[in-house]
Amino acid sequence: MKYKTRLSLDILFKIVFKGTGLLVLALLGGILAMLVYNSFSFFMDVKPLDFITGMEWSPTAAIPKYGMLPLVLSTTLVTFGAMFIAIPLGIGTAAYIAEYASPRVKNLLKPAIEMLAAVPSVVIGFLGIVVLSPGIADLADLSNGLNALNGAILLAVMALPTIITIAEDAIHAVPKTYKEASYAMGATKWQTLRKIIIPAAAPGIIAAVMLGVGRAIGETMTVLMATGNASILPTSMFDSVKTMTATIAIEMGEVPYQTTHYFALYAIATVLFLMTLAANMLGEYFINRFRKYHAV
Amino acid sequence: MLFKSSKISAVVEWGTLLISTVLVCFFLVVVIWEIVSKGAGQLSWDFITKVPSAGMTKGGILTPIIGTVMLTILTALFAIPFGVCCAIYLNEYAEDNWLTRTIRASIRNLSGVPSIIYGLFGLALFVQALQLGTSLLAAGLTLGLLSLPYIITTTEEALMRIPNSTREAALAVGATKFETIKDVVLPSAMPGILTGVVLTLSRAAGETAPILFTGAAFYINNSNGYLNQEFMALPYHLYMLSTQHQSIEEVRPIAYGTALVLIIVVFFMNLTAFYIRFKYRKSATEM
Repeated sequence: MKYKTRLSLDILFKIVFKGTGLLVLALLGGILAMLVYNSFSFFMDVKPLDFITGMEWSPTAAIPKYGMLPLVLSTTLVTFGAMFIAIPLGIGTAAYIAEYASPRVKNLLKPAIEMLAAVPSVVIGFLGIVVLSPGIADLADLSNGLNALNGAILLAVMALPTIITIAEDAIHAVPKTYKEASYAMGATKWQTLRKIIIPAAAPGIIAAVMLGVGRAIGETMTVLMATGNASILPTSMFDSVKTMTATIAIEMGEVPYQTTHYFALYAIATVLFLMTLAANMLGEYFINRFRKYHAV
Repeated sequence: MLFKSSKISAVVEWGTLLISTVLVCFFLVVVIWEIVSKGAGQLSWDFITKVPSAGMTKGGILTPIIGTVMLTILTALFAIPFGVCCAIYLNEYAEDNWLTRTIRASIRNLSGVPSIIYGLFGLALFVQALQLGTSLLAAGLTLGLLSLPYIITTTEEALMRIPNSTREAALAVGATKFETIKDVVLPSAMPGILTGVVLTLSRAAGETAPILFTGAAFYINNSNGYLNQEFMALPYHLYMLSTQHQSIEEVRPIAYGTALVLIIVVFFMNLTAFYIRFKYRKSATEM
């Protein structure tokens, strides 16, 4: 090939590569534009305050009500329930893998956790229907077990791999000298873990939890299948709930194009986007703090 | 006495952590056991080569299998070139300036965006604005967008592992920067890139939320896999059979069979990725 063609190819591809980089910006920009534009159309019809503080979500009633609180509370309830289960289990498992497990056990556990992460959410939701729902109905004496508790347990299973992997990295990254200093003072392994390693790894562990929260808030299929989808203000873990993601998934298929209801679903999506964004940014903030802290 | 009690508490403490680990593994065992034990009876040659019939209460799941395969191929065709090129730009060309930092921040944000929002975006952009309608193509493109940030991140990690001396050697013998990337950097990073690509595609194959409004159909009576038509897909088929079908109890065995085929597909892709990674690590240590 001539030198000139080689050079022009070089320049051409430099432009192509840069173009794809800009495409990513366009993608995020496009998502934001879509959310803002449609939410704005919604707020032309419904006052933002009514949307944010409304206690009733009944968009198909004779006098439609677009209050997002039941949906936000449902999402919050299920997510908190999931974290209540996933945080102790996740940190415990991460600590076991990082501090106690022999290399052989570690080599078995890590792929097992990656397998758990690979199970599609629709399969987890299906198990919520066929395994967990009858179980909960039996134990709590309910007509069916499709409620917030069911969703919380399933979301915990889905968030666990994220939490375990990142928390394990954080615990693993604590300098060995910390541990040795603690042992030298006569501390036991448990005392070292609780008083030295976990506090030192805390930013990383908080990051793990925040990323798990982000995953749980945004998860659609499992909650759609397992929580019963009644749009009322939930009062306990045994109530049927309809999360923000499930609301979008159910109602977007039925709603006429560009009606107030249609725009309302985009407004819900915007709130959802902001909630996951906040969780992920907090997670990232703590990861960076952890990295800086240990780079010294 | 003190020594003995501390020994007991050490065992208790170790036990607590062990129990949480065992519980996590127990979840995985329940998932696999439930699906395999109840789905295995369904699995037969007919099940994977026959189209659904009699209102989906009989027949196999050929149509959703073809839909999922086509969908994954489309996702790959779209996401791999764009993702790899973007990673090349970030790792090989980009300077550390505000533009690069903005692009990187965007990628991190995009990978945290819930999949249902990608579904909405696919609906607004491909189905409505670009007039593709609810179709295989629209859904494939939507999943492609969803996969893009993961492919970029894993590819960039693979590129980062190639030592600079490799690039310098190629440049020193007169290769242009593009030739260096095409003939030296990309081939050596290939195992790492492939691992990331296969893992991302396995995730895309199991996604349901993004295809809900972009083209997945309850039932279609042909298994052609045309780009401009609606399609059936394994995850959507499972969702539909277990929540939307008019005789849910009757089709439960088919739902188990579908779930089994779906996790076999996903696990097989994951194992392929593990294998590539394992082989690559081995050959890297032998060098």
